[in-house]
Amino acid sequence: MSILQERTQQNKKKRSRAARWDVKYSPYIFILPFFILFALVGLFPLAYTAWVSLNEWSLLGGQGDFAGLDNFTSVLNERDFWIALRNTLSIFVIQVVPQLIIATVIAAALDRNLRNATFWRMAVLLPYVMMPVAVALIFSNMFGDRYGLVNNVLGTFGLSPVAWHNDVLASHVAIATMVNFRWTGYAALILLAGMQAIPRDYYEAATIDGAGAFRQFFSITLPQLKPTAIFVVITATIGGLQIFDEALLYDLAGTGGPDKEWLTLTLYLYNLGWRDLDFGRASAVAWLLFLIIVVIGLLNLFISSRISSSQGKRK
Amino acid sequence: MFPRKKMTALTAIAAAGALGLVLSGCSPDAGNQNGKVQLTLSTFGNFGYTDKLIEQFEAEHPNIDVTHNIAADGEAARSNLFTKLAAGSGLSDVEAIEINWTTELRQYADKFHPVPGEDIAEYGDWVDFQKKPVTTEDGELFAYGVAIGPSAICYRGDLLEAAGLPSAPDEVAALLKGNWKHYFEVGQKFAAGSKDAKWFDSAESIYDATIQQMANPYEKEDGTLIAASNPEVEKAFRETLAVAPELSAGFDQWTDDWYTGMASGDFATMMCPSWMLGLIEGAAPDVKNWNVANVFPNGGGNAGGSYLTVPKQTKHPEEAAQLASWLTAAPQQIEAFKVAGPFPGRVQAFDSPKLPEVTSEYFNGAPTGEIFTERTQAIKDFAFKGPRHAQITAAASSAISRVQSGNQTTDESWKQFVQEIESLK
Repeated sequence: MSILQERTQQNKKKRSRAARWDVKYSPYIFILPFFILFALVGLFPLAYTAWVSLNEWSLLGGQGDFAGLDNFTSVLNERDFWIALRNTLSIFVIQVVPQLIIATVIAAALDRNLRNATFWRMAVLLPYVMMPVAVALIFSNMFGDRYGLVNNVLGTFGLSPVAWHNDVLASHVAIATMVNFRWTGYAALILLAGMQAIPRDYYEAATIDGAGAFRQFFSITLPQLKPTAIFVVITATIGGLQIFDEALLYDLAGTGGPDKEWLTLTLYLYNLGWRDLDFGRASAVAWLLFLIIVVIGLLNLFISSRISSSQGKRK
Repeated sequence: MFPRKKMTALTAIAAAGALGLVLSGCSPDAGNQNGKVQLTLSTFGNFGYTDKLIEQFEAEHPNIDVTHNIAADGEAARSNLFTKLAAGSGLSDVEAIEINWTTELRQYADKFHPVPGEDIAEYGDWVDFQKKPVTTEDGELFAYGVAIGPSAICYRGDLLEAAGLPSAPDEVAALLKGNWKHYFEVGQKFAAGSKDAKWFDSAESIYDATIQQMANPYEKEDGTLIAASNPEVEKAFRETLAVAPELSAGFDQWTDDWYTGMASGDFATMMCPSWMLGLIEGAAPDVKNWNVANVFPNGGGNAGGSYLTVPKQTKHPEEAAQLASWLTAAPQQIEAFKVAGPFPGRVQAFDSPKLPEVTSEYFNGAPTGEIFTERTQAIKDFAFKGPRHAQITAAASSAISRVQSGNQTTDESWKQFVQEIESLK
């Protein structure tokens, strides 16, 4: 009898301990897969790239002598790096501003009560499904300096042709157009989701007050859309700082232009690694790019938190 | 929960998938289905290796099956090759390479099986300028020469006639015989009589062709960088750009515009390595007036070339070597030349009665076999290409492009080129 009692007592204790552990640790186990995966495909490459960047390292020859920070100083002294930084930021700005405006307009149009709404929403997303490489090939052809479609059209209107491959700004506009072709629809859908989350009461109240469609758009839709727009800007920033396919395929040489007109940071990195076979310096650029993205990400966070707090004050 | 029927269907799919995995897992590892050795061959662009040619090899070697993979362009093939060489696995049993990659690959020649002595004993030697770029310090070859790029001049007969110049191939050859200066002078005559068309396509291709004729344009054999200090290079750079405004159609090579220019008659002549014939025909299929003249400024010149390699990664080095040898043997080289234009690099091919028989219908029946054999024999000096050759070439064509577009003067562009070369050290 006593033995039996003791056993049940022990069992109870065990069970309660297991239950406590269950509560305490099992959440960690549930989120563990993500962290294992992240460590494997995120953290490890990051750390290994840092190690490579401190050495002389050839793609084929492998590790060479320890170089300290030499790779970083040599990259920072290179004209190409700064030009690539300039181009990346310039293409990003040229790309993201029109993208936001056009995407908002498209989203506003889709937000109306359209017939076959799903069809139109899918149609907007269609360019996003296309391979970036295919987009780049087609657009590069359109932006040909002499026989490109765009210059031909300009010619029929009596305008002089644009030197798409020899002018810094023109080449940035062309590349930003390719990026926007793919991403505007995606941004429009996210903005559309944001618009549909806006309570319809606002619009009803506005209609009763006599506000027209435009007034409603600027006074209700746009202010309510701010958080979604900030999300779109942040994802566009991360994507925009990594523009690669479009720049690589903008001409056949893939070197970023005769005077590096459209050399982006990722293209610069790729050319160091795979053309010059210099993995040490390519890794240094990768880390510099990482730091730049972190800085711009923090800037984003700062600005967006200020926007939302100033919004709070107004209320 | 799933309805019962769906459940069983799912299980069946899963089981089939697992079985498929097991089955497919077997074949690549064992390397022989029905007792045959499975070889993979990777090329890019158009090597002229038709299915028929591969089938012929399989018929002659009944123990070998060949799978031929073709990459769209050289750039994709290059990054694939270098990445997998670095990774140490994943390459095909036979991999094609381009002459421009040999400068880097030569340093890693030990990653490839050398060409066995029996190959040369049976199939004969290659021409000098095909062999040299793939010869290691020990005198071994790490690649089998596929094709070379002896150059002639391609021209538009109608445009020459319109400018009052002769247009028959023999006459054009006689007209252009001489050095680069002479070629430019004839160009000036052409420019005087021509309406819109220019003399040549691009200053880049002219500059490149002159560089290919120098023994040591950019680097010495001991690794010294002389590109910026070599007076011959600067002379070629300045002289080409001096005549460019009058004679050049101002295209950048390899652009879509350049290809369109071949069809639209923007220029009358262009440098024509044998493989260029296929490009012109592809870009201007409806133009009837392209022809080839058996002549090249300053004698002869070679541009480009390709090779096959047998990486050490292969599990079947013997069979892979057989395939590489066979494909680069003279009869197959001539076949490939007929199909796609890469010109044979084996000396034996020049003795074959089949080579002079090759003509090109598109180029108004030009005896291309004969022409390029003679152009090959005319080659005296050919550029030594050190490890930095590709980068310098890219920097030079960018420099020329900057002047052609009017963004910089020749002096400014040369200065920037020199700076870029300095940073390569």
